[in-house]
Amino acid sequence: MSRVAVIQYPGSNCDLDALEVLQKVEKTKADLVWHKDIKNDNYDGYVLPGGFSYGDYLRAGAIAARSPSIKIVREAVEKNKPVLGICNGLQILVEAGLLPGAVLRNIGLRFACTWTRLSVETTRTPFTSLAKKGQALRIPIAHNEGRYYLDDAQIRELEKRDQIVFRYVNENNKPTEEANPNGSVDNIAGICNEEGNVMGLMPHPERASLKDLSPDGQTYGRVIFDSMLQSMTEMSTRK
Amino acid sequence: MSQQSYTVEVVVENKPLARDPEGETIHHNLILKGGYNQVTSVRAGKLLRMSVDADTPDHARGLVKRLCDDLRIYNPAAHICQVRIVG
Repeated sequence: MSRVAVIQYPGSNCDLDALEVLQKVEKTKADLVWHKDIKNDNYDGYVLPGGFSYGDYLRAGAIAARSPSIKIVREAVEKNKPVLGICNGLQILVEAGLLPGAVLRNIGLRFACTWTRLSVETTRTPFTSLAKKGQALRIPIAHNEGRYYLDDAQIRELEKRDQIVFRYVNENNKPTEEANPNGSVDNIAGICNEEGNVMGLMPHPERASLKDLSPDGQTYGRVIFDSMLQSMTEMSTRK
Repeated sequence: MSQQSYTVEVVVENKPLARDPEGETIHHNLILKGGYNQVTSVRAGKLLRMSVDADTPDHARGLVKRLCDDLRIYNPAAHICQVRIVG
């Protein structure tokens, strides 16, 4: 069976939630690993969880991006293993240069803590392969720095290369300004690298994976973990 | 040449096209409401002041410029970064 590492940084606080979902809901093998204890690429996939890291000093994720654990994550990325960054995990991956762009302070200067509706923009990634293109997922956000930014020309490049994975949308699945909780350009909520095996999103799928924790009793976050685990299983059978 | 201590400031701010809600709020809600209408814009950023041992001011500035790029003190996708000697 595949094994996932949830990497814990000083300040991570959604690490145990992600671990719980992987172990108890997804019934997969997962370890919580302190970032300094990752010495080798011994896992089939990695989750960089939400929360904070190093006080988010300088910029959210900027200091964790220099952690030796990121060298191991880079090795895994080169072997085409899936790496999922959630919230602070996305910020770390962006600051490490494993994902393009920047994540800036929310446009309203408020900590945004609410349920959002996301549209799946591509199913080519190992994190959305079991979803349908255009499918709506209701997943919550909780962040102060979640405004995804890239200039217009680079956004067009992202679109061309199919690297936009999730957008914030309204009830009619339109990416309107009202549906955008933080001022992200083009309502972007999640992106991937060119290969598709590194994906980061600001919303928290681990908080939408248990019926009891969702206001509508749905578990929309699970499709991301289900897809990731299936892709890992496929990779291990191909070995 | 003997080493001296130089003070080097690094200023990081959003690129002109990346909105800066903190600067906008300071401008609209403090400065304009306070009657200082001559101020037409405000950009908020981050200031790092470093003490650097170097032979010359140029070497001190060069070293700090290099570390800003090397350690990603700023994110080139969204920020501009100025490095200046102040003492």
